[in-house]
Amino acid sequence: MSTETRSIVMERVMPHPPEKIWRALTQSAMIAEWLMENDFKPVVGHKFQFHWAQGGYSGDVTCEVLTVEPARKLAYTYGNGSAAENTLATTVTWTLEPEGAGTKLRMEHTGFTPAQEAARGGAEFGWKGFLKRLDRVVEKA
Amino acid sequence: MTTAAQNQIQSEVFRTLGDPTRRKLFERLAREGELTVSALTVGSKVSQPAVSQHLAALKLAGLVSDRREGRAIHYSVKPEGLKPLVNWVEHYTQFWADKFDDLESFLNKMDN
Repeated sequence: MSTETRSIVMERVMPHPPEKIWRALTQSAMIAEWLMENDFKPVVGHKFQFHWAQGGYSGDVTCEVLTVEPARKLAYTYGNGSAAENTLATTVTWTLEPEGAGTKLRMEHTGFTPAQEAARGGAEFGWKGFLKRLDRVVEKA
Repeated sequence: MTTAAQNQIQSEVFRTLGDPTRRKLFERLAREGELTVSALTVGSKVSQPAVSQHLAALKLAGLVSDRREGRAIHYSVKPEGLKPLVNWVEHYTQFWADKFDDLESFLNKMDN
């Protein structure tokens, strides 16, 4: 497997104006309707959590708002585990662009960037090196 | 398996391997094959009870398996335990595709 940072890009033209989609992306009660329960606020630096519960399992995703450009761009970190254990932070970026009477909505989920490891300047046992050294094991996974 | 269940397992693997000592132990098992707790303690900077605790966490996350032989417990890696990491992109691709559908249905119900 590749140990490069990977990303997922999804794009869809929706027959709704950017302002309306922006509300669905940034108002906590509305986000809960289609994504997950949350305590999101469209404020840069705001730390929040997505909460999910399904089939007897539940958990929290620890996040922080990075970018808020009304009706244009929204970005937040999307972590795993609790804040204290958050060793893997990825980033979700939403971009809205008017297209005809609707909007081209783009979501980019980037990362697999071990924030803490990176902060330590690529510590000896960082995630990237870890998976690379385990190539043989990973192939059998 | 549901997305939520996969999420749960994935978080567990991330959490478990988030600890550098555990990653190091896991790497040694991957490289050297089956090892006992005492063999793993030699060359490690932590005590045997600490090593045992880390191994228990790795076992709980499905990353290693153990086998008792006399008084010694032998540990080895379970390659399939890394699946949630390898399948990360695949997992989230499906997740976001579903969420785009959910968003679109929600927008259709929303007032303008």
